[in-house]
This record gives sequence, C-alpha cells and structure tokens, in this order.
Amino acid sequence: MLDLIISTVTQGFIYALLSYGIYITYKILDFPDLTVDGSFPLGAAVTAVLLVKGVNPYLTLPLAMAVGALAGLVTGVIHVCFGVRDLLAGIITMTALFSINLQIAGSNLAVGRDVDTIFTAEPVATVFGNFTLLQRKLIVAFLLVVIFKILLDLYFKTKNGLLLRAVGDNDVLVTSLAKDKGKVKILGLVIANALVALCGCVVCHEQRSFSATMGTGQMVFGLATVIIGTTIFKKEGFVKGTTAVVVGSVIYKVCIQIAISLGLPANLLKLVTAVLFLVILVVGNRQKGGHKEACLR
Amino acid sequence: MKHISKIYNAGTVTEMCLFDDFNLTVGDGEFVSVVGSNGSGKTSMLNIMCGSIPIDKGQVLINGESIDRMKEFERYRKMGRVYQNPALGTCPNMTILENMSLADHKGKRFGLSSGVNKARAGYYKEQLSSLGLGLEDKMNVKLGALSGGQRQAVSLVMATLTPLDFLILDEHTAALDPHTAEIIMQLTDKVVKEKKLTAIMVTHNLRYAVEYGSRLLMMDKGHIVMDKSGEEKANLVTDDILHVFNQISIECGN
Repeated sequence: MLDLIISTVTQGFIYALLSYGIYITYKILDFPDLTVDGSFPLGAAVTAVLLVKGVNPYLTLPLAMAVGALAGLVTGVIHVCFGVRDLLAGIITMTALFSINLQIAGSNLAVGRDVDTIFTAEPVATVFGNFTLLQRKLIVAFLLVVIFKILLDLYFKTKNGLLLRAVGDNDVLVTSLAKDKGKVKILGLVIANALVALCGCVVCHEQRSFSATMGTGQMVFGLATVIIGTTIFKKEGFVKGTTAVVVGSVIYKVCIQIAISLGLPANLLKLVTAVLFLVILVVGNRQKGGHKEACLR
Repeated sequence: MKHISKIYNAGTVTEMCLFDDFNLTVGDGEFVSVVGSNGSGKTSMLNIMCGSIPIDKGQVLINGESIDRMKEFERYRKMGRVYQNPALGTCPNMTILENMSLADHKGKRFGLSSGVNKARAGYYKEQLSSLGLGLEDKMNVKLGALSGGQRQAVSLVMATLTPLDFLILDEHTAALDPHTAEIIMQLTDKVVKEKKLTAIMVTHNLRYAVEYGSRLLMMDKGHIVMDKSGEEKANLVTDDILHVFNQISIECGN
C-alpha cells in the first residue's frame, strides 16, 4: 500500500514538469499548445535511444530539453511567422513529430534492465544508496520538480519573465512597449516544450521504455492539472502558480490511481481523462458565473 | 504625413477610397485635437501613423525620417498611445508596480535582470501621486481590480513614462463616465504640458477639442475640412464647430 502511494506521488511529481510547460503556454501565454502531444514522446524517444547507446543518463535531460525546445520553436514560427492559428500550428507540429518519433526510436523501444537511469546511476546511487529504488525515484523526481520550480519562479520575476506574462495578459501593451510580441510568444513555446520533453525524458527513465503513442492525451492531462491546481489555490494569493500545478498534478495522479484500484480497466484511462477534464472545465465555468447551460435548457 | 492614399477593399464592389493625397504636418510641441463624424478617417489616420494598417501610397515621416519600413512595434519606440478601451493600456493580471516597471523599461532590452527595480518604486509613486487618485498606495494591487478611469489614468502615466516624440490619444475618454472623462482630460493636458509632448488626440467631445490643445482639426471623408491653430483656435467656441459639424452631417443625410 505504502509502495503504491509512493509510486503514485512520484508519478505526480514527474508529470508536474509537463504541467509547468502547459502552465506557461495555457495560463501565461493563453496559447492552447497541442505540440505537447508530440514533444512529450519526442523527449522520451530521444532519451530511449541515447540510453540504449550508453550515453550518460544525466546528459539525456538537457538533450531532451533541447529537442523539445526545437519542437516549440517550430510551432512558434508556424504560428507567428506564417500566421497559422495557434491550435492548428500545434496540431501540425504534433502530427509531424509522430513520424519523427517513429524515425528516432521506432514504434516501441525498451531500455534494458542493465542500463543505468537517472535513478540508478552515480552519484544518485551513492548519495541515496540507503533507499530502495522506489524511494529514490520519489526523491529524484521531487528534486527535479523543486529545481525547475525555483528556476521558473526566478525567471518570472525577471524583466524577460514580466514581458512573457504581459504577452498573455495584453499583447497590445507589448507592442506599445516597442517589443515584438511574436518573438516573446515563440520564446514561451520554446521554454514550455523544453519542459514537456524533459518530462517525457524522465518518464522514459522511470518506465524504461518508449512507445509512439505515449503522447496521446498529455495535453489534456496537463490542462487538467493546471486547472485543478490553479482553481484550488485561486483565493490563496500567496501560493505561486508553479506550486499550484505541482499539487494539481499529484491530485490528478492520485485520483486516477484510486480509479484504477477500484477496478477501472486501463484501456478506459483516456476516456476517463477526457470526461474528468470536461467536468473540471464545466465546474470552473460555473464558478466564474460565465457561460451557463446554453444548450441544456 | 505626405500624400497618403488608402483604399479599402480595392478592386471589389465594396471598394472605398478613404484617403486620396492626404497631407498633415504636426509641428514639434503641438497638441492637436481631431474631431469628425464616424467614418471620417480619424482612427484610420492614427492607425496609419502607428503602422497598424498598411497604406497604398505616400509616406509617414517623423523628424523628417520615413518610418514606412518600420514594423508597428518598432514605431512605438518613440511613440506612445492611449487607447479608447482602458483595458488595452495595462496588464490586468499584473500589479501597478509590475505594469509601471514594464513601461519604465520601454525601448530597452528585457533581459534576465530583476523585473521590478525597488529603487524606482519611489519614482513611480511620485508619478502616480501627481494623478491625485491615491493610486500610489495601491502599488501591489492588480490592474484588473481598478476601475476603467483609474486604469486609463495608469495607462496615461505608463504611455508617457519614457521620453516620446509623439503621443497618440485615441478617443481615450470615450469609454468613461463624464466626470471621470473630465478628470482624465485634465490629467492629459497636465502631462502633455509638463513633459512638453507633441500629441494628437482624436475625440468625439467637441468641447474637449475646443478647450484643450493648441490646434484643432475637423475631418470629413478623409479630408481636413477645418484647421485652426494659435489665435484662431483660442477664440473658437464649441458652437462654431458644432455648426460646421452639423452642416456636414446634413449634407451626408445624417
């Protein structure tokens, strides 16, 4: 039982990295970025191949982020420079990435038990040697979440971070500030998809495998965690958005785990995700007092 | 602006030629107020200056230099604009302090140094206190929590925080109640005079146009039909321009 709790919370922490990315695109930039469904498995694909080739597992983290950043750059350029609508720009990149991921790692790629991951390689193995693998996974995932939370919080306070927030808030003002809003948007997409690919990378380390379909529904999952997190802490002004989405991610994973424990077939997982997301959106809208039963009279 | 031509929907049934050889020169330090009925081209003129809409012919010059090749955001390096909609001049989810910091940094690089410079907070407060709205005590309040008039006042301060060649006021009092509009108008006049700005203001309020500014333009169908400045402008009363305004309206069948 305790093991199950630990592994569920670990999942929550790992996927919080993806939530950070969605938080930036959806909450800050107000950009529904479907690139996520492609950049998440992209991070995993690159990681799986590198691990199989015997590259240092910790090196896969920055490398996955770099390819993710590139995916975000592509979506950004398609949207900003070619004027394609935000949703479509993401879909184009996502679709292209599906083929690219197959090219990189095939439809499935398992990482052998003998290959070291970020949870088993030095120096983690020595420093946290007294812990079981399960506990080590929790610790490493937690450390990653905290490190990136601090980095992001610091970034949001810089001038550049302020500008990024301004673009999502009121892009007319950014133009008035003599700044190219397009470039700022691209930057946001780059950072977000780097984080998403990082999440894919850590997931690949954790489950020692890549599959081409692992990206499906990640965008909706991320949106759900962001909305859960920010709704819970809406009134608590002192809780930062980054903290909120970590909590959202953990809550989400716990809910799903409970559903599975109660006998939910794994095949229905995405359906449940979609329904849950719809419920969250509707409840969120009701609370805002906005759109009410337009078609349910 | 020299020889500007602007044709909307060229080559279609709805083709509309708004500007045909339109010329306007605004002198340094002038405060021009522009009036005219809807569709007379006031806002289009501003949008052409800012580069929000492309032109078919002609040139836009600032200090004798053409800015036609500059993109919209590049033009704002030396221009400030206050919009009709109070929500467009500020970021609603950011605090006054953050908004002021953004505006203060206009034209510079937005790097990775700290976004809010605490040392400048005193200066921001000073600027806001000159509005007399008590906003200097609300530095950590989000802009979205302020009223339209307060937001517009902050927009005005933000737009004029850095040195400008040109300030554009696009019906900036139109969305406010008469009392607040009056306050904002007085503030505008004060800011323009204090900072010795060159400004152009589009307004539907004929009284503001008469009372404020050093030059008055009336536009109709893309032409300037009245241009008064200096002594002539000072002697104008609202009834004079209302008369001209009505005549035009009658001709148009309004």
